Amino acid sequence: MKRRDFLKTSAGAGVAAGAALSLGGYEKLWGAASNSEKYDVVAVMGGNPDAMFDLGIQELGGMGAFVKKGQKVLVKPNIGWDVIPDLAANTNPLLVRRIIEHCLKAGAREVYVFDHTCDNWVNTYRNSGIERAAKAAGAKVVPGNTENYYQQIEIPGGVRLKRTKVHQLLLETDVWINVPILKDHNSTRMTSCLKNTMGLVWDRGWWHANDLHQCIADYALYEKKPVLNVVDCFNVMVKHGPKGVSKEDVVQMKSQILTADWVAGDAAAARMLGIEPEKIDYIPMAHKAGLGNMKLDSLNIRRIKM
Amino acid sequence: MTSPFLRTFRIVFSAIVLVCFLIIFIDLRYKIPSEYINVLIYLQFVPSVLKFYDLRVMAAGGFVIVLLLTLLTGRTYCSFLCPLGIGQDLFSRIGGRLRKKFRRFGYKRPHTIIRYSLLAVTLVVTLVWGVYLLTLLDPYSIFGRFTTYFARPVVILINNFLANILGKFDNYSLHHINVKGYQLLSYSIPAAFFILVGTLSLMKGRLYCNMVCPVGTLLGLLSKISVLRVRFEDNKCTRCGRCAIVCKSSCIDFLRLDIDNSRCVECFNCIRACPDEALSFGVVRIGRKEHKTDESKRKLIAGALLGIAGIGSLAKAQNNSVPTPKKGTTVREEKTYPVAPPGAGSIEEFNKLCTACSLCISVCPNQVLQPALQEYGLVNMMQPVMNFHKSFCTFNCTRCTEICPTYALKPLELDAKKLTQIGRVIFIKDNCIVKTDKTACGACSEACPTKAVYMVPYEGNLVIPETNESICIGCGHCEYACPTTPYKAIYVDGNAVHVAAERPEIREAEISAPEEFPF
Repeated sequence: MKRRDFLKTSAGAGVAAGAALSLGGYEKLWGAASNSEKYDVVAVMGGNPDAMFDLGIQELGGMGAFVKKGQKVLVKPNIGWDVIPDLAANTNPLLVRRIIEHCLKAGAREVYVFDHTCDNWVNTYRNSGIERAAKAAGAKVVPGNTENYYQQIEIPGGVRLKRTKVHQLLLETDVWINVPILKDHNSTRMTSCLKNTMGLVWDRGWWHANDLHQCIADYALYEKKPVLNVVDCFNVMVKHGPKGVSKEDVVQMKSQILTADWVAGDAAAARMLGIEPEKIDYIPMAHKAGLGNMKLDSLNIRRIKM
Repeated sequence: MTSPFLRTFRIVFSAIVLVCFLIIFIDLRYKIPSEYINVLIYLQFVPSVLKFYDLRVMAAGGFVIVLLLTLLTGRTYCSFLCPLGIGQDLFSRIGGRLRKKFRRFGYKRPHTIIRYSLLAVTLVVTLVWGVYLLTLLDPYSIFGRFTTYFARPVVILINNFLANILGKFDNYSLHHINVKGYQLLSYSIPAAFFILVGTLSLMKGRLYCNMVCPVGTLLGLLSKISVLRVRFEDNKCTRCGRCAIVCKSSCIDFLRLDIDNSRCVECFNCIRACPDEALSFGVVRIGRKEHKTDESKRKLIAGALLGIAGIGSLAKAQNNSVPTPKKGTTVREEKTYPVAPPGAGSIEEFNKLCTACSLCISVCPNQVLQPALQEYGLVNMMQPVMNFHKSFCTFNCTRCTEICPTYALKPLELDAKKLTQIGRVIFIKDNCIVKTDKTACGACSEACPTKAVYMVPYEGNLVIPETNESICIGCGHCEYACPTTPYKAIYVDGNAVHVAAERPEIREAEISAPEEFPF
């Protein structure tokens, strides 16, 4: 990407964010809404990533339902690949920014953002637009590029994955919010909530070498689960995932899925790609392990079109 | 000029130059723009000669400026512009602090035979066989290797130590950097030279520059006829000898009021030291002194020139820089050729021009460039080679091609680089997790920037890699990502000659955005 294009894109994103704020009406969405009903999944369609999040989080009772005053929060987007936001290989920076703003508004003491990138991490943090967006929102952007940031954890009950090294931030923060972007994936067919955890760990290669699907499901057993999953389906890479080659790989779906149940989140996300959740091995594995509910019919889903 | 500020000016100027060189080699954040780097290395003598030899345009002729500068001012290059020379001055200073003996130089006879033989042999070997000896002896390349192999890792360790402390205070302005150490043997030559240059400069001032360095010797020949030089005003001199003691080149014979201008590096220490203003830097006075002729020197040079003329014609017949191809059928990775960095054009051309200064190794943000051992043949040891077990080449980066001082790596526009095939992907199905373990993997295809590696249906729900060599550019991300051991299931075999890869075919997506929620 040329620097000029990058600046244009970033400036555009900034203007869009500013415009969204200045349009008003969203201010009232910051606080906890007083809806009595509890939804398992909230799905929003038809808006910009930040506006959809404002609506969605309100339906879930506001960020205050997930982040308590004084807590340290880890926001974990997918920042895997050294590409520009338009190519949708990384979580939308607007969304990341908005989530951080909500966390701080809810009283978070500190918000951290990191990912164990696949491409060169400095370039990836920069070109994804996430570093800039997260810093602008007031978060700390933390490197995850060397092994000494990672600490050993045990996963009792794991079939293949019984121990692994996770980033120290995951252990040091009080809660974490999973913010994957929905993408096609060449071997697991889809990457979303559960697969996004591969960016929390140091040795991804070991997962690949030891039954990838089982490792993904096993990791979900680890006690520190996300309090909230926000699946970015604004621009969706429907082929050549997870890295993509060109903009032709991307379809604009203008959607977002919010849920505390990451198995349900993955099941809904799979449907967005036109895949039955049962076909993606790690989803039924996690379902059977009792880590969430992939039976979308039995869930209370709130669907909103903007 | 007899001003003592000449020396001060030299020290300040050279300190700035040295710091700039250290910065470009140790830039841990890869933030120094290539243009600045190119300005700094433009005047480096040997790289500039090689670049000119390759491009044959005067724009690449920084060495001409150096030659003219030498004709005008003597070996100012050695004191003001050569990072190795400046580094030695620093060492001499340290040596002088350590022991009094090391800061009292005094006049010594020149090592005439050694220095001219080395110059002649270097010239002959370079013209006839290639850059091997130049690689060893080019002062800029030696300096580059010192910083890349020794100074940079030390700075990284300090950085990591500080990053650790800051991290404890929740501050992440510094980050950890992995030191990807090189193969042990590739340290041998830089280490040997470090001991040689380090010891000589610590104890004997500029003895290395006046005995070994072929650039110093060559410029010394020219400076014999330079316009400006350090000279005696003999009616003022009291023969106190202070000048000779501070002369790092040991080239002032104060009893005879003679300065060996071929060894003088214009450090101006003597001018500063002289209490009687008997030394000055100015236009030479012709006919003041009888110059004795050194017959053995003449013969040696003549011999060397004859040698060049006689065997120069053999040069074209020599073509042994490309390693011989190997073929294998086992599941071991069998590379026919090593992978040379983008911009190399061909391994043969690359080997001819690279003096292993290691600047590309230092500036590679992915640290995929490693010094070669025997990959290009032992004579091309220390030239950079892509090591895909350690890292991979970043798709949208052209850093190494932008800064190569000798043009061994030619500049590549990003769009061209993305289509330059430096090697081709080879898949070993029998090593693949999907086949051996019957579990999903796809790490290779996941990483591929062009989808030259893609997945096709295998048994049951599984998919297995398949490759399309024509769109592969040889970035090595697949090889790096492949989790199998000890041999990878996918690797990149180098191209002896880099070629253009085809563009990946672009097709519209078949899936469209859902109108309603599909759940």
